[in-house]
Amino acid sequence: MTGLTVLPLATLVGPVSVAHYLVVGAVLFVAGVACMAVKRNALGVLMGIELVLNGANVNFVAFASPYLQADGARSLGLDGQIIALFVILLAAAEAAVALAITLNFYNNHATVDVDRADDLKG
Amino acid sequence: MVEFLFNTARFPFWLAWTVAAVVSAVLILNVIAGGALVFIWAERKIAGRIQDRLGPTRTGGRFGWLQSVADGIKLLAKEDLMPDGADGLLFRLAPYVSFCASFCAFICLPFAFDVVGQRLNVAVFFVVAVLGLEVFGVILAGYASASKWSLFGAMREAAQVVSYEVPLGMCVVVPVMLAGTMDMVTIAEKQAGWFWSWYLFHDPFTFVIFWVYVTCAVASVNRAPFDLAEAESELVAGFHTEYSGLRWSYFFMAEYGSMFLVSAMAAVLFLGGWNGPIPVATLAGLSEGTGDTAHYLVRLLGLANLLGKATLGVLVMMWIRWTLPRLRIDQVMSTCLKYCTPIAAAMFAGAMLWQVALPGGLVAGLSRPAGEIREGWLEGPGGKAAAAPAQATDEPAAVARVAP
Amino acid sequence: MIPTLAAIDWHAVFFLLFAAVACGGAIAVVAADNVVRMALYLVLSLGATAGLFFLAGAEFVGAMQLMIYVGGTLVLLVFGVMLTAQAPFVSIKTTAGDRALATIVGLGLFGLLVTAGLSVEAWRQPGSHRLTEPAATPIGMALVGVRVDAPPANAPAAAVRSGYLLPFEIVSVHLLVVLVGAAYLARAKRRKTPRAIEVAASAEPPTAVAEHAAIGRSAGRAASVLTGGSV
Repeated sequence: MTGLTVLPLATLVGPVSVAHYLVVGAVLFVAGVACMAVKRNALGVLMGIELVLNGANVNFVAFASPYLQADGARSLGLDGQIIALFVILLAAAEAAVALAITLNFYNNHATVDVDRADDLKG
Repeated sequence: MVEFLFNTARFPFWLAWTVAAVVSAVLILNVIAGGALVFIWAERKIAGRIQDRLGPTRTGGRFGWLQSVADGIKLLAKEDLMPDGADGLLFRLAPYVSFCASFCAFICLPFAFDVVGQRLNVAVFFVVAVLGLEVFGVILAGYASASKWSLFGAMREAAQVVSYEVPLGMCVVVPVMLAGTMDMVTIAEKQAGWFWSWYLFHDPFTFVIFWVYVTCAVASVNRAPFDLAEAESELVAGFHTEYSGLRWSYFFMAEYGSMFLVSAMAAVLFLGGWNGPIPVATLAGLSEGTGDTAHYLVRLLGLANLLGKATLGVLVMMWIRWTLPRLRIDQVMSTCLKYCTPIAAAMFAGAMLWQVALPGGLVAGLSRPAGEIREGWLEGPGGKAAAAPAQATDEPAAVARVAP
Repeated sequence: MIPTLAAIDWHAVFFLLFAAVACGGAIAVVAADNVVRMALYLVLSLGATAGLFFLAGAEFVGAMQLMIYVGGTLVLLVFGVMLTAQAPFVSIKTTAGDRALATIVGLGLFGLLVTAGLSVEAWRQPGSHRLTEPAATPIGMALVGVRVDAPPANAPAAAVRSGYLLPFEIVSVHLLVVLVGAAYLARAKRRKTPRAIEVAASAEPPTAVAEHAAIGRSAGRAASVLTGGSV
C-alpha cells in the first residue's frame, strides 16, 4: 500500500490536467481488459475491445490538447488527434470483421458463448 | 443576457450564469415541446383537409386549436402500462434516450445570426451524428417491450437508418464543401443576399442533391412513406406498440423535434438559413452597428425566416405523409441503395468538379465571390490558419447565447 | 463583460460529469449480464468520452467518435438482440470466481496505470486553458498531405513535418479489404429466406464506412435466422 500513499492523488482535486484524462483512460482500459477476460458472450468480448481502444484514444487526445497542457505549445498537437481518428476507423473495421466471425460461429454452433469454441481441442 | 442579469439586475455571478443557461435550455425545449403541440394540431388539420374532412373543429374554438392541449392532458391521465415480460429499466429509459438525442442536436442549430446555443466548428457533423442516436431509443424500446411487433419495428428501423445515413451524409457534405466549413453559422452566412445565392441554386448538382437530401431526411426521421418502424397496417404500432401515456408522447415529441431539425438543417444548408429570399434588411439599410433596435430587428427577421422555412419543411413532410402510400421494406432499401446513394455520389462528384471549373456558382456574375474566405487557410502556416472566417473570431467562442 | 469566469470552473464541472458517466458506463459494461444493457452502457460510456474529447478541444475527433463508434455500437446492439432474442438460448453468465479474479487483477492493473500516469510531473500541471483553434480543416489538410497547423514548440526549426496521405490511403484500402472480407465471411449460405429480408440484406452502400456495409449484410443473415426461428 505504500505505492498508493506515494501517489500524488491530490493533484486530481485541482484544475483539470492531462493526468485527469489519463485516469479516465486507465479506467476505460482496465474495464475493457476485464470485459475481454471475463465475458463469455462473444459480443461482450467485442465491447471490451472497443473500451480498450477508447481508453487509448482518451490518452491520445489528452496529450494532443494544448488546452490541457501547462505549456500548450508542447502538446502533441494535431498528430495525436489524427492518430485517434485512425484508431477509431480501425476499431470500426475490426468490429466488422469480428462480428462477421461471431456470426459465422453462431451459424455453426447456435451460440455466441466463446467457451464453446473448443472444436480443435484434442 | 448574462451581462444584463449581472450588471443591471444585480444578480450574484453564479446565479446570473445559471439563470441564463436555464432560460436558454427552456427556450430550446419549448421549440420542441411547443412545436410538437402546434405540429400535431397542424398535422390533424392537414390530414383532414387532404382526406376531404375537417379535422379537429371543437376543442378551443372554431379551428380546434386547443386539440393538442386536450390530447396532452389525456395522455398525462392515461394509465402507464408496462408489459409483463418487459425489461423494466430499458423500457422506461428508451423514450428519454430518443428525446434527449433529438434535443441535443438543437444545441448547435443556429436560429439567426448569433442566436445559437453553442456555435460549433463541426456543427453539421454533430447534428448528423446525434440524429443517428435517436434510433437508439427506438431499438431499445423495440427490444425491451418483449413484443414481436416492437422487435420487428426496431429491426426495420435499424436497417433503414443505418442505410440512409450514407446518402444523407453525402448530401450534407456538398454544402460543407461549398462553404469550406462545417460551422452552420458560417454556411448560412455565405448564402446571404438574394435567393439565387442560396446553395440550392448554386449549380445544377446542388439542386438535384437537395431533393436527394429531402428524400433521405424524410426516411431518416421515419416519416411516411418510410415509416416502416411503425407501419400500423402490419405491425400494430411498431416499436411503440406497448407504450402508453407520457412515455409514448415522448416518442412523438422526439419525432416532431427531429422533423423540425432536419427541415431547419435543409434551410441552413441549402435554403439560405436565416437569409430571406429578398434581403429586406440590407435593402432597408439595417445592418450591424446601426443601433440596438436595428440589431434586434435583423435578428428577429432572421429568426422568422428560419422558423418559416423549417415549418414549411415540416408541412411538406406532412403533405407527403398523407399523399403517398407506405413503401415495402425492400422498396425502402432499394430507394436508398440503388437510387439515393449513387445519385448522391454522382452529384457530389459533379459539384466538386463544378467548384474546380466554375467557382462561384451558376449565377456567378450576380452572386458574391465565394472564393475569398474559403481559401483562408492558405494565408499562412499556423496562427491564422483556421478555416473559420473573420467573423468567427469576433464572437466569444464558448458563450452560450440563445435569447437575443 | 463579466469580471471573471473562474468563480465556477465550468470546464472542471463538465469534465467531472463526463468522466463519471464514462467510467461508470465502462464499469457497468463489465458488471452487466444482459447483452443489450451492456450495449446501452457502452454507448453511454462512448458518448461521454466524446464529450471529453469536445472538452479537450478535439471537436472533430469527438464528432467522429459519436458517429462511428456510436453507430457501430448501435449495430452491435442489433446483433445482441438478434443473437440472444431466440427462445432456447443457454444463459451466458460469468461465474462469481471469474468476477472476483477480474476485480483483483483489474484493480492491480489500474493501480499500475495510475501510478505511471501520475508519475510525470509535467502531466500533473494544470492546463494552460488556452482556447484551441478549430481542428477540422487542419486535420483534413493533414490527411491529404499538407500541414497547415502550427508546429510544436520543441520541434527543430527546419523540420519537415509529414502529412498523413499515405496512412490515409492505407486505411482506405484496409477498409475496402475489410468490407469485402466481412461480407465474404458473413455471406448467406442458405437461400430459404423471406424475400424482403434478403433484399434488405443484399443491398449494400458501396462506398460507405466498411463497417456499416459489412454489418448490413450480416444483419440480414441474422434477421433471417430470427424470422426462421421464431415466427
